[in-house]
Amino acid sequence: MKREGSLLASLGRVEGLPTAAVLVLLYLVFIVLTPQVFLGYRIYMSFFQTIPPQLVLALGLTLVITAGEIDLSFPAVVALSGFFFAWCFKHGLPPWCGFLVGLASGGLVGYINGVLVARLRVPSIMATLASQFFWYGVTILIAGGLQLDIAAVIPSLEHRVFTGRIFGVLPTQALWAAGLAVVMWFVLNRHRFGEAIMFIGDNAEVARVMGINVEKTRVTLFTLMGLIAGFAGLLLTSEINVFYPTQGQGMLLPVMAAVFVGGTSIAGGSGLVAGTFFGAYIIGSLEAGVVATGIGGYWVQLVEGVVMAAVVILNIVINEGGISVLSGAVRKWSVPVRSGSGH
Amino acid sequence: MPDPLTSQAAPSEQIPPALLLSGIEKYFGHVCALHDINLDVGRNEIIGLIGDNGAGKSTLVKILTGVFPPTRGRLAIAGRTVDWSAYSVLSAHAHGIETVYQDKSLGEKQALWRNFFIGREITLPLGFINVKREKEIAREIMLNTIGFRGKGITVDSRASKLSGGERQGVAIGRAMHFEAELIILDEPTVALSLKEVRKVLNFVHKIKEAGKAGIYISHDIQDVYEISDRFVVMDRGEIVASIAKKDISLKALDEFLLEYAHGMKDKEAT
Repeated sequence: MKREGSLLASLGRVEGLPTAAVLVLLYLVFIVLTPQVFLGYRIYMSFFQTIPPQLVLALGLTLVITAGEIDLSFPAVVALSGFFFAWCFKHGLPPWCGFLVGLASGGLVGYINGVLVARLRVPSIMATLASQFFWYGVTILIAGGLQLDIAAVIPSLEHRVFTGRIFGVLPTQALWAAGLAVVMWFVLNRHRFGEAIMFIGDNAEVARVMGINVEKTRVTLFTLMGLIAGFAGLLLTSEINVFYPTQGQGMLLPVMAAVFVGGTSIAGGSGLVAGTFFGAYIIGSLEAGVVATGIGGYWVQLVEGVVMAAVVILNIVINEGGISVLSGAVRKWSVPVRSGSGH
Repeated sequence: MPDPLTSQAAPSEQIPPALLLSGIEKYFGHVCALHDINLDVGRNEIIGLIGDNGAGKSTLVKILTGVFPPTRGRLAIAGRTVDWSAYSVLSAHAHGIETVYQDKSLGEKQALWRNFFIGREITLPLGFINVKREKEIAREIMLNTIGFRGKGITVDSRASKLSGGERQGVAIGRAMHFEAELIILDEPTVALSLKEVRKVLNFVHKIKEAGKAGIYISHDIQDVYEISDRFVVMDRGEIVASIAKKDISLKALDEFLLEYAHGMKDKEAT
């Protein structure tokens, strides 16, 4: 038995610790290489400003991947919810009103994804890929391809609450994202909804015969992911005070990377929310950090790739699942969910 | 602290059977899969359900577990007639039927305490799980209900750490904890080594000792004989024999089944 494993293995059982260790190590390396940047507080405040939207998305995606599903549509939701927020504000509605409309639009997209996946049994990779194109298309159409400048939102309470600065430096969105991480940890690990997600990702047939309403749980899960993506879009739009129709594009891969760097298994059945939290900060810090070290722009992606691969391998080794967990996952995504009406 | 594991229903005079099936028929299109099935299972009786592939065993089990309803017929669990429109896999537990499946009883990557309570969590307000309470009860079930002695296995272990026989033990312990009227064991020993089969059979004995009822389905006549109080033989969608254990030896049962199979083959030939 591997139960009496090494010290490394037992430490690895503390959720997210390997990923947190890598994050600390990464910052140490950056400090050694560019102390003038990484010994100051400004770079970290800038991370707290730019990383939260991606972190929020990664938290939602952690639950989706734990359920053995995938959502590729969240970048489009970031654009759609941002548009509604900006549009409502432009048309004289109060910011909180635009905020609610933006959230609701995300929830609606998520609900439709959930219905496609759970009720119509479209594999989630296809359903949400189509959804991604469709909702970007919708956003560009209704926005007329134009960006909306909402600098006037800055003095509003909404702006100060969600994307203000505490003591003039600390971006509030970092606290919102951290708070959401705590909530999501409890939802996944201590709530019956989270337990249902884990069993469904593990073996949907077991979940079904044990009395879990698999379809309903899947619909709720995708709706939740849509709401969370809507929230991320609001944080982004509120922070930069402008909506642009292609916002969110380019977020898909870094957000997925954050989840996997955090140690969540691609095969479903278990998810590490704490790992995702640190993973998002690793992914979000890499580019700025590597650029700051001055090794040259051509090297940035190569170094990022090496770090990501190293953390993922570290997590797999520590979680004693071995390499075998990797196989089968992609297969799982490309096969329709199994019928609920019996066979 | 009240012990939920040893609380038993008080004996009363006219106890209805744990399970009563009458006139069950199942058609798939024009094909008759089950014909006039009548079966009752006593409150502390273990029935061995025997039959070749295609005899209708699995169709019957699917009706009992709520996968699909029969075309006609009545099912009563502990005297309560089941409304077919309200009966499903999701509600079978609420009706008092627990099933131990060959391979879909446990979530492999989940801790054992979660596996005991999945779908029936003990919750705090807002649907959060009372982890402490669930673990206490899970520990209790493992120690006392099923007498679990797997080395280094705790309620925090993942199900994948357990051997095949131990997993079925967990599933049986779970079924017993939730006060099932009837526990269906649907070929729980398929694909297990002899040693693991032995473990499962020991767990099944606990069902009888705890005063519960069960239907044990297996291809292995020896196992069925050891476990069961009565043998119900199915063939081509009908119950063709119901023999109490005291009326037949293992050898005689085996010969009966062989003869029966041969007899059927002879009929086919003509």
